[in-house]
Amino acid sequence: MSKFKKKKSGDLPAISTASLPDIVFMLLFFFMVATVMRENTLMIKNELPTADQVEKLQKKDLVMYIYAGKPSENYKSQYGTEARVQLNDKFANVSDIQQFIIEERASKREELQKDLTTSLKIDRETNMGLVSDIKYELRRAEAYRINYTTKTGDAVENFGK
Amino acid sequence: MAKRSAPDVNAGSMADIAFLLLIFFLVTTTIETDSGINRKLPPIEDEQTPPPPLKKKNVFEVIVNRNGELLVEDQVMELKDLRQAAIDFLDNGSGTGKDACNYCQGKKDPESSDNPVKATISLQNDRETSYGAYIAVQNELVAAYNELRNREAQRVFGKSFVKMEQDFADKANYSGNRERLKENIKQIREMYPMKLSEAEAEKNN
Repeated sequence: MSKFKKKKSGDLPAISTASLPDIVFMLLFFFMVATVMRENTLMIKNELPTADQVEKLQKKDLVMYIYAGKPSENYKSQYGTEARVQLNDKFANVSDIQQFIIEERASKREELQKDLTTSLKIDRETNMGLVSDIKYELRRAEAYRINYTTKTGDAVENFGK
Repeated sequence: MAKRSAPDVNAGSMADIAFLLLIFFLVTTTIETDSGINRKLPPIEDEQTPPPPLKKKNVFEVIVNRNGELLVEDQVMELKDLRQAAIDFLDNGSGTGKDACNYCQGKKDPESSDNPVKATISLQNDRETSYGAYIAVQNELVAAYNELRNREAQRVFGKSFVKMEQDFADKANYSGNRERLKENIKQIREMYPMKLSEAEAEKNN
């Protein structure tokens, strides 16, 4: 009788973990692909305004970024609370923009230089005075193609504050 | 009767499933790209050359003050009404003779613009206007142009202008004739050219 009795089924066989590495790699790849790396460390408050008539910025390598806004909490004591311009990783004066554009332009291949676009990432609370100064400097540097970078959303929200 | 022990699940195909999912995500996710309103700045001109004369009725004046209030053609206006006002102005087409506009559907008010080709929008702001308010106004004006261009593109080519531009930018997937598409986009642009003049922000407070 007991001869035919099979082993008690209480202990289930262990679940194979052979595919765990695959799953982990899959997640890894997914996040690698989906994340956008921030090129610059922002030292300013940068809450972009919203707009709904937006066009996408093509060719990421041909975009120069100019940031502007009020210095963030950590830098307030050092740089005050007035809106400032940030180029690459440091604060700059409006007059430095021209030099910045020239350097950026020089680092690109000649046939691509005419396609360079300047992306203005400006905090929504910034005064237009500073923006006008930036635009004037860009005109002086002959960088005429600009993009007011915004979030996608209803433009009326900008009047919220 | 005693239960049988469950057989091992074959994990050999797990890798295939994982790869399948990986490829699915690779294909469907788009890396977030920045988007915004494209503009072209005017070159700096000599102070000597006077600007070409414009008839007052062909200029649509928008002023944003430091509190984010709008003054459109000397009247206070809410932001939500700006788009329609701009469309009415651009699409008016009251011109006659060589200024006539045969595709306009506006009211043909003799006090408003002759032809979309001549109509200019002048946007003025204070140095203390907030950037957010400025972008909101820009957005509405671009929306007015887009709406008119979409209408004409739909009528002439059976396709909205925004879609045409998207197709043109999408080099890989567009199967039609890109050269012709470029011509068509140009044609619509010429029907409603974006003439947006921005005065230097006024210095006085």
